[in-house]
Amino acid sequence: MTQTQTQTQTQNQNGDGNDSNNELNLVESVRQTLHDEMGRDETVVVYGEDVGVDGGVFRTTKGLIEEYPERIFDTPLAESGIVGTAVGMGVYGKRPVVEIQFSGFIPQAFHQIKQHVSRLRSRSRGSYNCPITIRAPYGGGVHALEHHSESFEAAYSHIPGLKVVVPSNPSDAKGLLTSAIRDPDPVVFLEPKKLYRAFREDVPEGEHTVPLEEARVVSEGDDVSLVSWGAMVRESLKAVDEVEASVEVVDLRTVSPLDAETVVESVKKTGRCVVVQEAPRTLGVSSEVVSRINDEALLYLEAPVERVTAPDVPYPFPEREGAYMPDKEQIAEAVRQTADF
Amino acid sequence: MPREKVASFEIERLEVLDEDGNLDGSLEPDLSDDDLVSMYKTMKRARALDERAIKLQRRGEIGTFAPAIGQEAAQVGSAYALEDEDWMVPSFREKPAFLTRGAPMEALLWYDAGLEEGAEIHDRNDLPPAIPVASQTVHAAGIGWAQELEDDNSASLVYFGDGATSEGDFHEALNFANVFDAHTVFVCQNNQYAISLPREEQTKSETLAQKAVSAGVEAVQVDGNDLLAVYKATRDALEKARQGKPQMVEAVTYRLSMHTTSDDPSVYRDEEEVERWKQRDPIDRIEKLLRRRDVLDDATVDGIEEEIDSEVDDAVESLKQKKADADPADIYRYVYDEIPDGLLRQMEARQGVEE
Repeated sequence: MTQTQTQTQTQNQNGDGNDSNNELNLVESVRQTLHDEMGRDETVVVYGEDVGVDGGVFRTTKGLIEEYPERIFDTPLAESGIVGTAVGMGVYGKRPVVEIQFSGFIPQAFHQIKQHVSRLRSRSRGSYNCPITIRAPYGGGVHALEHHSESFEAAYSHIPGLKVVVPSNPSDAKGLLTSAIRDPDPVVFLEPKKLYRAFREDVPEGEHTVPLEEARVVSEGDDVSLVSWGAMVRESLKAVDEVEASVEVVDLRTVSPLDAETVVESVKKTGRCVVVQEAPRTLGVSSEVVSRINDEALLYLEAPVERVTAPDVPYPFPEREGAYMPDKEQIAEAVRQTADF
Repeated sequence: MPREKVASFEIERLEVLDEDGNLDGSLEPDLSDDDLVSMYKTMKRARALDERAIKLQRRGEIGTFAPAIGQEAAQVGSAYALEDEDWMVPSFREKPAFLTRGAPMEALLWYDAGLEEGAEIHDRNDLPPAIPVASQTVHAAGIGWAQELEDDNSASLVYFGDGATSEGDFHEALNFANVFDAHTVFVCQNNQYAISLPREEQTKSETLAQKAVSAGVEAVQVDGNDLLAVYKATRDALEKARQGKPQMVEAVTYRLSMHTTSDDPSVYRDEEEVERWKQRDPIDRIEKLLRRRDVLDDATVDGIEEEIDSEVDDAVESLKQKKADADPADIYRYVYDEIPDGLLRQMEARQGVEE
């Protein structure tokens, strides 16, 4: 049994079960969304490795097979097969929501995503859509095995035709996943597994959608803009508590297409910005955020835009994870330096 | 018993019409003279289009493309076995199959000339060409799987070459198809070369058909230059696939011309080999049979050729107009269902520069 599985099961015993006021963690929120969308639209099919009887290694799809036995499938272990068959399902008229067990294994389906999923629409001049949602547990922070913790969102964001979504909380997870499933375009939906069972919050019951191209101002402030997404939003919020400056926290939510407007508006107000990403530094999404600020708000800046990122090294084995992932201390220090510049 | 045989298999080969136009009547598929003439005409149309397109490419009027000269029976025979509502998933050398499915000749030429308009789908359930080798096989498995889920009596057919059988996607597709009872027929056009690598060096498998056996998929080998054998094998395979039993057909054929117009096959194969395969030309073979049956004579063949010449001329003419009308802003329009704000700004900025 892998370390990740052990941890998952321990958390599972302590964590699951819906409260009456719909307080959910991120795993439960994704599960409820899949349940609701399968109930709403019978063209939705869910498949991937171990998602059926086992309910997924994180139990994200637990119980769904009992409710929708005709539309949930345990597939052979073959990532390209999973994503490639979804192209066929999609053109036929299904709405496949496929799970790749860990985002670190999407590269085995990367050619399908890049060569076909992202461009079937443009190369058939709109004759066919690829209404596929590719879900995967993503990112680090849970002491997982090698290849289980990568943040590769920049690579997907570099592919025109895809939408790349990273929720940072249970409520957004529902709103964004609902939109992703209903979207006629393909969406890579990356679920920060560090947040899977980190906390609960009230998730709206019934219809709840969040538009795929809108960043969210999580908390308003006047001194520094702090831009991040996924697990780093929570880390950023922790950092805000440790600094004296008035910080405006922006959660990108969808990293591609990027809602640069919300970032630019925030920077025009504060004149200072720190961008935080879990991924390695070079050519990450943060590089694009900084470029957009240069394009549209350079003359509003009172300090250089600071970045807090992982180093340009492969994601380390679990014992050295702490040396890799940005934490609240690093973020707080960057905010202080930017505010004091 | 310390050792016992736990699996064995055999691959059958089917031939109906030999190189001299002699027919094995016991295997002859149920096709009328009209069907045969229609298939013959489509093969001739494909050949004429390829020959003209090579000339256009040499003059720089169209881009690099992959001719299918020599493979007409493998494609027309198999595509003709499809019903209108079935799905066709092509690779990148399927002009004859597209013509069989009713695609306009002019659209195929637009595609070769580098205009996406040529990949716009006509009134059949066909996918546009797929360039990355074997990548389309999994799409067909997905369609076939959806057909099974919907209790749809239709089927999907996917084309790929000998080289594709060395790719992972081919094996994933066969495996998925059989696990999920997909209505998929896998048609391998074994044309003997993956660009320059001969089939014997591509794989040590005795046949390519037997690669399907490892996924539990039934497979047959046919003489791919024998229109009637290809049709019969595909028709039989489709019938089983419609019942949720995916199938593979290996059509043994030969690419008489180049891999693409950028390729010079004289570097890696000798003229003698090419000459031997020319004797097995798939179009000549069916023409011999039809002449022997008095369905065709010199006058009808001349008439067919004149008709085709004029169709090719029209297609070439339409290309000039299509190029003149091509709107550069098209590159922005079909990427997403709705153009995202950021991309819209890029489009407007670009248009501003042009104006």
